[in-house]
Amino acid sequence: MSTITDTAKTGHNGIFPSEDVMLDLNDLKKVYPTPKGDYVVLEHLNLQIKKEEFVTIIGHSGCGKTTMLSMIAGLNPISGGNISVLGKNIKGPGPDRGVIFQAPSLMPWMTALQNVLLGVNQVFPHATKAQRNDIAKYYLQKVGLEDAFNKRATDLSQGMQQRVGIARAFAIKPKVLLLDEPFGMLDSLTRGELQDTLIDIWNKEKITAVMITHDVDEAIFLADRVVMMTSGPRAKIGDVLDIDFERPRSRKSVLEHDDYYKYRKHLIDFLEH
Amino acid sequence: MKQSVTLGKVTKFIGLGSFMGLFSGKLEKDDYKALLRKVIVPIASVLLFLGLWHLGAKALYNVEAEFRIEKALNEQGQAAADEMAACIASGDITCQPNTLPSPAQVWASFQSLLNDHALISADKAAFAEKTAALNEKRVAEGKDPIVYTGRPSFVDQIFRSLKTVFAGFFLALLIAVPLGIFIGLSPSLKSAFNWFIQIFKPVSPVVWYLLVFMIVKTLLIDSSEDSSFTISFISVGLCSMWATLVNTSMGVSTVDNDYINVAKVLKLGNFQKVFKVVLPSSLPLIFTGLKITLSVAWMVLIAIELLAQSPGLGLFVWEEFQNGANDSNAKIIVAMFVIGIIGFLLDRLMLAIQNWVSFEKTDAI
Repeated sequence: MSTITDTAKTGHNGIFPSEDVMLDLNDLKKVYPTPKGDYVVLEHLNLQIKKEEFVTIIGHSGCGKTTMLSMIAGLNPISGGNISVLGKNIKGPGPDRGVIFQAPSLMPWMTALQNVLLGVNQVFPHATKAQRNDIAKYYLQKVGLEDAFNKRATDLSQGMQQRVGIARAFAIKPKVLLLDEPFGMLDSLTRGELQDTLIDIWNKEKITAVMITHDVDEAIFLADRVVMMTSGPRAKIGDVLDIDFERPRSRKSVLEHDDYYKYRKHLIDFLEH
Repeated sequence: MKQSVTLGKVTKFIGLGSFMGLFSGKLEKDDYKALLRKVIVPIASVLLFLGLWHLGAKALYNVEAEFRIEKALNEQGQAAADEMAACIASGDITCQPNTLPSPAQVWASFQSLLNDHALISADKAAFAEKTAALNEKRVAEGKDPIVYTGRPSFVDQIFRSLKTVFAGFFLALLIAVPLGIFIGLSPSLKSAFNWFIQIFKPVSPVVWYLLVFMIVKTLLIDSSEDSSFTISFISVGLCSMWATLVNTSMGVSTVDNDYINVAKVLKLGNFQKVFKVVLPSSLPLIFTGLKITLSVAWMVLIAIELLAQSPGLGLFVWEEFQNGANDSNAKIIVAMFVIGIIGFLLDRLMLAIQNWVSFEKTDAI
């Protein structure tokens, strides 16, 4: 365990040529002050993510995964270290980092199309109305909602709402896509469908993605690398596992692959440690 | 079919649910249960209420009658007592006991008020016809036209009250909603206004009336116009705006964090954030406030019209009470029902508007 941690602390900095790095978390720290003294959620957290890479993050509940993701999103202030996108330190939230939240977080008073347009209008202010509509509709079609453009968000099922969430995030063409357990609230059948939808649209767009998940199979199926976080407090990167399945992947070919159970065992061993 | 749809809408509006089965002639077993619960039971309870009222009124009538006969006996002897008993039995209005009127008396008064309205309307129309030519001439000469100055009918007074309550309501809306939004958005404004809200919210309508009276009286000192309408609608607005103010600022300051995060990630500007995220999401609470405001406005209106001598329902009730004619009590009860029914309809109106504009559907209570 300790050897793994040591390599993670030092080894992953600078293993990629710097022009390939999209997202860089450097010695990241998060402290919540409490009456009994500071509570350190994250410390010495180093992680580099390549362009066009899909990284899943796995770890026990409460270890600080969501804290880390919301810090990348700019929604949670950084206590120490820094986060940079394409070499530029981030300052607060911005549309270069799209977020798919755990709850779909659609505006319930808007239709599916209006929800997607909310972001599109913001990111493409100079496009004509028709062009912006086309962009929003294109992404809604991509997530399988061509019949639900004008449905109110409240009239959609959870799974469909999260599809709108995916369309909204992709439609603003972010540099980095942050996904906070986006399928955690769905039943397993819907979850499988949405994973397929997500990976289909991702294969086309190749947006660098960081996704938190609790689901080991989901982590392997979607990712190029699975990042394992140690339990908090003072959580950091515990281990990193490269997933060498070629893309595009099908669920069937992944499940039948010889390495699948090796990867799975590695992750479960880490989590049960 | 079209008629039954409208009827269904009306029953739904007043909260009886839509009994389409009733109108299309198809009734299932569940419909019978619903029919029993939602139609038969309320009708039965209304009848029971009327029955108890009738018996109660009769008992009070007897108490009052016996007291009068007894008094006549004690003061003037047996002959006077017999005469009083006969007079009461004959129904002569000069000696009727004056107490809680029975449902039948109230209904009769209601009809006499409607007749009275018809008479006054006819009178008004005749007056308008008679003065039409003269008024034209007067206007052409630059003089004020002659207006009808007869007393208002009961129906006129209802409309006067409605006019006052809506003017007051819109005043409250215009003050409380924007102010509530600003207070909700800015914690500093919130602490600046908090003491103000906490202190003035519990102030009684009567005191508000007096305050408005002090100010408006001075402002309109040169005007010969009747200021009672201005004073009463401003007082109504000031009394009733607090619920909207508090609810709006609460709705605006407690928008779901998820929505705020979405707005942050999308980097919405302040204007966009307020109009596309904050306001729509606080609409349900704003409307709850507006609903309370309208019902409070209607409730305090009666007292304020009475004080302001504004010729609406409040003044009607007060004048009837002062008048003490033998059907005055019945007229007061008529006004009570009219006030209640209009209050109920106003509440339903707000609910319908709320469901129309807001994303959260609210059921009638």
